[in-house]
Amino acid sequence: MVPLSWYLIFAAALFSIGLFGVLSRRNAVAILLGIELMLNSVNINLAAFWRYGDVLQMAGQVFAIIVFAVAAAEVAVGLALVISVYRRRNTVVADEISMMKW
Amino acid sequence: MTIETLIWLIPLPPILAFFLIVLFTNKSKVLSHTIAVGAAFLSWLGSIIVFVRALGVEHLGKYPFESSVNWLPTGDTWFRIGVLVDPLTAVTLFFVAWTVLMIFLYSVGYHNYGQPVGDHDDKGLPPHGATVEEHGHKQVVPSVEPMYSRFFAFIGLFAFGMYVLVLSDNLLTLFVGWEIMGLCSYLLIGFWYAKPSARDAAVKAFLTTRTGDVFMLLGIAYLYYVTGTLSFRAVFTEQILHTLATVPSGFLGFSAAGLIGLLLFIGTIGKSAQFPLHVWLPDAMEGPTPVSAMIHAATMVSAGVYAVIRMFPLLSLDPKTMAIVAFIGAFTALFAATIAVAQNDIKRVLAYSTISQLGFMIAALGIHAYIAAVFHLITHAFFKALLFLGSGSVIHGMEHGVLHTGNHEVDPQDMFNMGGLRKKMPITFWTFLIGGFALSGFPLITAGFWSKDEIFAEAFGNGHVAVFTTLAVAAFLTAFYTMRQITLTFLGEPRTKEAEQAQETPWTMTVPLVILSVFAVAYGWVGIPEHFPLLGVLLPNWLHEFVGGTLAEAPETTAFNWVPLLTSLIVALGGLYLGWLTYRNVNSAAEDRLQIPLLKNKYYFDEIYDRVFVKPAYWFAENVVYKFMDQGLIDGILHIFGPATQGLGAFIRNHFDLPVINRFFGDGSADVTYWFGGKLRAVQTGRIQQYLMFALVVFIAIGAVLYFFLLA
Repeated sequence: MVPLSWYLIFAAALFSIGLFGVLSRRNAVAILLGIELMLNSVNINLAAFWRYGDVLQMAGQVFAIIVFAVAAAEVAVGLALVISVYRRRNTVVADEISMMKW
Repeated sequence: MTIETLIWLIPLPPILAFFLIVLFTNKSKVLSHTIAVGAAFLSWLGSIIVFVRALGVEHLGKYPFESSVNWLPTGDTWFRIGVLVDPLTAVTLFFVAWTVLMIFLYSVGYHNYGQPVGDHDDKGLPPHGATVEEHGHKQVVPSVEPMYSRFFAFIGLFAFGMYVLVLSDNLLTLFVGWEIMGLCSYLLIGFWYAKPSARDAAVKAFLTTRTGDVFMLLGIAYLYYVTGTLSFRAVFTEQILHTLATVPSGFLGFSAAGLIGLLLFIGTIGKSAQFPLHVWLPDAMEGPTPVSAMIHAATMVSAGVYAVIRMFPLLSLDPKTMAIVAFIGAFTALFAATIAVAQNDIKRVLAYSTISQLGFMIAALGIHAYIAAVFHLITHAFFKALLFLGSGSVIHGMEHGVLHTGNHEVDPQDMFNMGGLRKKMPITFWTFLIGGFALSGFPLITAGFWSKDEIFAEAFGNGHVAVFTTLAVAAFLTAFYTMRQITLTFLGEPRTKEAEQAQETPWTMTVPLVILSVFAVAYGWVGIPEHFPLLGVLLPNWLHEFVGGTLAEAPETTAFNWVPLLTSLIVALGGLYLGWLTYRNVNSAAEDRLQIPLLKNKYYFDEIYDRVFVKPAYWFAENVVYKFMDQGLIDGILHIFGPATQGLGAFIRNHFDLPVINRFFGDGSADVTYWFGGKLRAVQTGRIQQYLMFALVVFIAIGAVLYFFLLA
């Protein structure tokens, strides 16, 4: 069987890619995509730990499914916000949506 | 039901009536008086049953009806309270039950039950009369008392107090009943509280009797301290009496018994209005005319005498105390009789006569004439109740006349406004005459003669010449002012239009008069001395044998002597005749040669007390307590506190609050925060990715630190 560390390294890599995307992309939709990547890397971790731990304990799978649901909800809200902002300010660039400063 | 249970139940109906009336039926006049009179009747019935049963017991004095329960835990023992019916209680219960029932019945008529509501009657004032239309013309008739129910509630409570007092087997519950009556006396004297004179009289009566009560309570406390018990039967054992007689009290050479007796006697001085605490009783006549007056003449003041008679075995241990008792009694008897001679208010004459007659009893007790004191207590209760109710009836009749003529200037209580009432009010006249003759001691027929004669016989037979002489003079004056009263009130011709229009009172008032007049005559026959010529043989001296059993050693009968009997005859008949002779042609107060200012003003006792006690008390309150203590001392100290605190406050404010708290901490923290905010606001760019960058850097930094410290 593939060792656990491989999964973890993969998940960490995926998380870092997602984080990089969130921090570097200007498009708000792309930032959301990065967040999705980060969430999924966590899911990989959850599944991996489940598989390599006590298989009869379903917690890892259950958590993964909950994260799916949360991610879906989050994306729905996030995209709705992006559309709303686009309609008002005609932009989806995160840096330009800076009216919440002092 | 055992007889003991019945005795426990006797005081209950009146107190239940009190609560029922106060809580539920005070709106309904008919319910209130039905409940009150019904309760009085139940208590009367119980009392009479107990009395009859007591008569059937041989040696009741040794084996009385008694029953007691544990009440207060006192260390390892219990303080027991209970009821006791010995011969003294039995005879007292008899007259209390009768007089109380008569008052209750009489009150219904006196407060004009069944009459219309007054035109402008107010609560707290006597009713002024109501206008009614009859056969086409307007007429003023007496109106019903506005606080009718309240009155019955009060006398219910009063009756409860009296029964508790009489039936108690110990001094403490006796004192409780005593104080309940003190309260009721206050409430009833001040019944018409909107009248300033009634208010003052109520306060005066309460404070004066309270003076005596404080001493009485001290006496009770001292008795408990010495003997550890307050029960009569326990105290009156040979052993405890011996202890009491031998233990010195450390006060003027009195024995413990003497001092306790003296303190208890001071309570009686207050309650029974003896000199020098007699001043409240005449003023107590401010209450609803005959009823409260009767309470203060026949029942409650008798309680004071009853208490000393009850404590007689204790009192008689110390000859000094007995001398004081005899002196106070005899002095009061004479002193009050002289005042009564010059009074014009029909009730005030009776009030002073009450004080005087109570003096007779006290004096009798002071010369060890126990039976005579009890005898006079009972006969006096009956005939004085009769006289007071009679005077109430007279006033009521006169008020009717006043309403008829509408001339409210005429005082319906002034005897000089009366005259000739015998034709207008025949029942009242005849019963009043019987009562008056009993009070004067009219020979052979009336009860007052026998009881007074016994006091004379005892005083003379045992060599108390001073007491005998004083009482003889007092008795002469008694007969004199009684006849003066009867002559002025009933005989001759009406002196005013109001007296012409006077009317006989309703049956609720006259029936009690008739019943009481029967007792005022017949009760004397139970106590005829056995050595009395002729009659002594015919009628046994039941009272002597019966009541004598209360004491451990039954008192001996005094040998018959002609001197006291003749004295008694002369003073009674002479006084009556002289009274009639002097006053039959007197038409106004101006013609009365006995209106001496000294007597008229009651030896200026009220004025003296006013100067000696009341004014100094006011002065003390005004100048010492108010001006010096309160304004000077207390306020002075408080006024130091005020400015001092203010100064301290100002100092703290200027030197601590403003610079340190306000400037340094308050403004300072705001300034610092403002400064930091100004510097830090550049950080907040509004760019979400920048924030995340910061967050990541900080996260990594913290992670590195944690890693470095925790894992490495």
